[in-house]
Amino acid sequence: MARTTSRPLSPHLTIWKWGPHMAVSIMHRVTGNGLATVGALGLVWWLMAAAIGPEAYATFVRCATSPIGYLVMVGLSWFFFQHLCSGLRHFVLDMGAGYELRTNKSWSIATFIMSALLTILFWSYIFFGKAF
Amino acid sequence: MGTGTGIGRVRGLGSAKHGAHHWLAQRYTAVGNLLLVLWLLFSLISLPGLDYESVVGWIANPLVAVPMMLMLVSIFYHLRLGMQVMLEDYVHDKGLSFLSVLLLNFYAIGGAAAGIFAIAKIAFTGAAD
Repeated sequence: MARTTSRPLSPHLTIWKWGPHMAVSIMHRVTGNGLATVGALGLVWWLMAAAIGPEAYATFVRCATSPIGYLVMVGLSWFFFQHLCSGLRHFVLDMGAGYELRTNKSWSIATFIMSALLTILFWSYIFFGKAF
Repeated sequence: MGTGTGIGRVRGLGSAKHGAHHWLAQRYTAVGNLLLVLWLLFSLISLPGLDYESVVGWIANPLVAVPMMLMLVSIFYHLRLGMQVMLEDYVHDKGLSFLSVLLLNFYAIGGAAAGIFAIAKIAFTGAAD
């Protein structure tokens, strides 16, 4: 359809600023697709390596416990916890709750804080272990 | 774009009337993932070791193999739905869009099959020499 340029455009399409709700939304997609690719392939690699035998498993462990391997695993765990927290936020939004500006902002920020805390807790437990 | 008319559906442009099912299945598998992946993470960090013998011995337990298989179904079903939405948003060319969803289906079903087969092999035949 032809559009005349003399008519005004809706101003809200160009005037906006970043808010936590936008960050949590795009992060939900980024973390979801990261887990869906790297995470799912890593999981299947781990299972396949265990099914094939000790040598294949040793190769998996060597890669997973290399510096890059740890970086990927820490990243994936953070992605998982972030996707989990914003997924829980989605369940609340699905019920029609939590759309008030202040509430929405607080819960958006809370997902980032929760995922960071859960990641730190998870890896602290692995490294400093069974102490607590 | 079709708006749910007969010809629109034939051309794959209109409403396929699958939206609600997609939406619900995304939520069902989300709950599945929530429970099963948390179970996996808690189990992994409480295992005595993550060496070959410990892991294979652990997976061979039916009470581990079954939830692990269910987890793979839930994960790959969920990622298939989620990645489809991502592709629909970003891949605009019609042919490329069709191809990408085709490959996504191969990936999701192939990945789940590979993972489930691996678990089944460990559960039925135990550790390899």
